[in-house]
Amino acid sequence: MRLLIENARIIDPSQDLDKVSNLYIARGRIQAIDDTAPEGFTPDQTIDATGKWLLPGLVDLQARLGEPGSHYEGTIASETKAAVASGITTICCPPDTNPVNDTQAVTELIQRRARQAATAFVLPIGAMTQKLEGEMLSNMAALKNAGCIALSQANRPIQNPLTLRNAMSYAASNDILLMLRCEDQTMKNGGVAHSGAVSSRLGLNGIPYSAETAALAQTLILAEEAGVRVHISQISCAKSVEMIARAKKEGLPVTCDVAIHQLHLTDYDLLEFNSLFHVTPPLRTHDDQAALRMGVKTGIIDAIVSDHTPLDRDVKLLPFGESAPGISGLETLLPLTLRLVEDNTLTLNQAVAALSQRPAEIIGIQNGSLSEGLSADFCLLNPEAHWELDRFDLISRGDNSPFHGWEFQGQVEATYFQGRPVYRNNAV
Amino acid sequence: MRLSTPNLQLNDQGELRHFLTLEGLKPRHLNQILDVADGFIDEQGQIRKVPNLHGKTIMNLFFEPSTRTLTTFEIAEKRLSADVVNLNIATSSTKKGETLLDTLWNLQAMLADIFVVRHSESGAAHFIARHVAPHVHVINAGDGQHSHPTQAMLDMLTIRRHKGDIYDLKVAIIGDIQHSRVVRSQIQALSLLEAREIRVIGPKTLMPPDPAALGVHVYDNIEDGLDDVDVIINVRLQSERMKSALLPSEKEFFNLYGLTRDRLSYAKPDAIVMHPGPVNRGVEIDSEVVDGDQSVILDQVTYGIAVRMAVMSIITENAAVLKQSASVQQEADA
Repeated sequence: MRLLIENARIIDPSQDLDKVSNLYIARGRIQAIDDTAPEGFTPDQTIDATGKWLLPGLVDLQARLGEPGSHYEGTIASETKAAVASGITTICCPPDTNPVNDTQAVTELIQRRARQAATAFVLPIGAMTQKLEGEMLSNMAALKNAGCIALSQANRPIQNPLTLRNAMSYAASNDILLMLRCEDQTMKNGGVAHSGAVSSRLGLNGIPYSAETAALAQTLILAEEAGVRVHISQISCAKSVEMIARAKKEGLPVTCDVAIHQLHLTDYDLLEFNSLFHVTPPLRTHDDQAALRMGVKTGIIDAIVSDHTPLDRDVKLLPFGESAPGISGLETLLPLTLRLVEDNTLTLNQAVAALSQRPAEIIGIQNGSLSEGLSADFCLLNPEAHWELDRFDLISRGDNSPFHGWEFQGQVEATYFQGRPVYRNNAV
Repeated sequence: MRLSTPNLQLNDQGELRHFLTLEGLKPRHLNQILDVADGFIDEQGQIRKVPNLHGKTIMNLFFEPSTRTLTTFEIAEKRLSADVVNLNIATSSTKKGETLLDTLWNLQAMLADIFVVRHSESGAAHFIARHVAPHVHVINAGDGQHSHPTQAMLDMLTIRRHKGDIYDLKVAIIGDIQHSRVVRSQIQALSLLEAREIRVIGPKTLMPPDPAALGVHVYDNIEDGLDDVDVIINVRLQSERMKSALLPSEKEFFNLYGLTRDRLSYAKPDAIVMHPGPVNRGVEIDSEVVDGDQSVILDQVTYGIAVRMAVMSIITENAAVLKQSASVQQEADA
């Protein structure tokens, strides 16, 4: 099967590419990007993409796919469908499944289900400690060999610094990447909102900056000592950006990401106690949001993630503090990132890089690129399309999006995975 | 492009539909409550039974134990001639969302007109108001550390009846500001009614993270804080604060912040002393002050009945007006 996509504006930060050209695909792989066909290439199908943007398949470093287990809504089949609707073709899923992904068997189960779904690449992240309890180490090397691209503690950071240091040293000796959220549970103290003006007014238990920054400082110090490569997941405040900038400057092998909702929402969105805005880490202030946006722009923040957490309606139908934190975010990752281009926060190249090239580099894979010979994963986007999000129309089984009613410019029309169409927008 | 949420507690005409918080209300809403409450109190300070809510069913849903607030609500409801049902619902049985909502919907089906709700979670009253049928009204009787608007309004009524007006008064609130829903509502009421200055007095561990966001001035020192004030509000100190290392001991708190007769002398000579109760004698306030001439603590309790009657009758009246104007409109359309 040979496929030709004609006259698309092809944007691929991994090749520093942004031009109108043609994409040639043969046997599921990219053969060339060129104005003229490679020798002997006769397409079985030609798609006219005049006026459309063609982006590499996006890479999401953090999305829960609901399987195995019943903590979250959805299945690998349903959530990968949601992912490709937003152009995401590579998904890293954290180990907070049920059972926890702390054994080869669970890793293989996830991989098998993903192969059956055949909609996107699913790359499991294994647990650093058994059952994510933060006490005994998991069989790290076995998880790595089974295909876990990194190990993490999901939203349950190790609280004992000695255990954390040991886990880091052990990971270092096996050349394993650690993805760590920094949050001191003692400092969090049951908090549900940023500790500031809004929590003062609403009487919600506050989470101070220090819950994140004190843990981040500790993590950076221990990581340096252990000589391990760490990726800091979902930072939430200005101070964290500053600390990571300093660590990078000092040459520490550290990278970090931010959840897309942190770049669009603040604690002021909590004023009506709407539990759809309950997330962890909490939404912080306008100044933090500005610093996070600047962090993405300057590259201190390497990647933007969805932190997709599809939840059952019942766990959100509760008073704010009792509701479960999390946003169903796969389908808003790209639209919300493009909005940062629209308001001149990012260039289109920076935005696409933060969703493709950069996250792929962090986990050391070749996805997120349109280079010759790679799997033909990409999406076609109509930059003129104007649409409104209805959370009850999301493909994900979780309809817990606080972006209901938001209007967006630019819409994915089709997504291809290994050269096959896996999503087509029926409205087009 | 973000959707703006209309104020949940106001109807289409901008009048009270629920009573959840004082935030977002206009001074006229507060003055109306105070005026109507005044009207329920006769010259002898007695409150007589009136037929305003005859035929209405009020359910007092207390997800958190209470005796005083529940009792004054019940008395207020009975003085309005309403039918009253009290439900003490242990929070443990409603841990699951569907149970809490199912409970509500079941009670709603029993033809409740007003839910009076107390719950340990901040925002619980908002949550309930968002999910009840359009004809049901929700009155917040205290949600977590967020709001206790009827308590704040009875405090305003007490101040107004003793001082004539709130405008231009200096008010000091002493004690645990951070964990108090009563104080949050008092501060909002005092700001709306244009008190000249609102001071909060206490150690930083008992202050909200951003007191300026509430529009108050913080005083670490009680003598400075009480200087020249017209109204002193004392807040109950709970023993949990010692367990979570926010304070060393009740004794040290009393030594630093306890309201004694000596300290009272820093305030204006005619300053009044208030306390939402229950009072911890010798912890936040000296017995001499509780029982002294400047204390108006027992008036607060009586006025609490009048204020709650006022809130419930205003909300019921607003709904009737809305319904009437809708039917007039319908006739005009026909």
